[in-house]
Amino acid sequence: MPIELFRIDDRLIHGQVVVGWGQPLDVGFIVLVDDEVATSEWEQELYRLGVPPGMAVHFETVAEAADRFARYNGERQVGILLTKDIETMRRLATRVPQLRSINLGGLHYSAGRVQKLRYVFLSPGEEQVLRDLASCGVEVTAQDVPATRPVSLDALLEGRGA
Amino acid sequence: MSDAGKSDAAGTALVPRALVAGHGEFAIGIVSAVEQITGRGGVLVALTNSGLGADEIVRTLRDAVTSAGARVIFTDLPAGSWTIAARRVQRDRPDVVVVTGANLPALLDFVFQTHVTNDEAARHSADKGRGAMVVLGSSGGSAGGAD
Repeated sequence: MPIELFRIDDRLIHGQVVVGWGQPLDVGFIVLVDDEVATSEWEQELYRLGVPPGMAVHFETVAEAADRFARYNGERQVGILLTKDIETMRRLATRVPQLRSINLGGLHYSAGRVQKLRYVFLSPGEEQVLRDLASCGVEVTAQDVPATRPVSLDALLEGRGA
Repeated sequence: MSDAGKSDAAGTALVPRALVAGHGEFAIGIVSAVEQITGRGGVLVALTNSGLGADEIVRTLRDAVTSAGARVIFTDLPAGSWTIAARRVQRDRPDVVVVTGANLPALLDFVFQTHVTNDEAARHSADKGRGAMVVLGSSGGSAGGAD
């Protein structure tokens, strides 16, 4: 069964992911892709605490996730792949051609970012990366939880998403 | 954050003893309910994560621990970002106790646990909250006991 959701969310594992998406999709596992978390036992233990019984979590660097992608994508259970920033997802997308859609789930304010949606703030550089991904055929939408409508990248960048 | 420095029904000033950190308006609502029921304001400080990223949530919680002086953090959801943030704060502040899955009976119990340590009060309130979850009625239709 393919990974159902490729999500960029600076909170990584949290309520919207585990409950909001996890329950309706009947998610069996999460692949958390982050070079820093993948090399920190303490960080991994922290995020494991947030995952309910019956849901597995795998911690991978970008390189490892790309190498093992076919295996994850062939799992019998539904999976979610998470990164905390756009750059990590971009790096993964360049190595995994099967990655054809990206969900912007939560990118909150930081210096240099401009608000696009209640839960999406982007810097000019991040906007350009998303445009580049879209030009390569990757569908980029923003959607925090399944009950809300997805916002297209064009609408998001033109301020028509609210 | 809700107002600190409130008083109880007898006019005695109460200092914050715990932070209540939840999604949306959860903390504000449940702290309001505790104050309405107990008449004790200012014991709990409400925090919301609306509009905050992961780093801001940790910073907010760390600042609240310092400014309020509270050493107990209640969070609403074990899988939530507040709980993750609370564990990060706990790493630097091992004197902080975290209780996750907070509900109203747990918080009511905590407010009245004034003569024990923070750790004891937190554990007692967690037991109270856990035990307060009861299913009433039955869809099995066995009422009446007729065979």
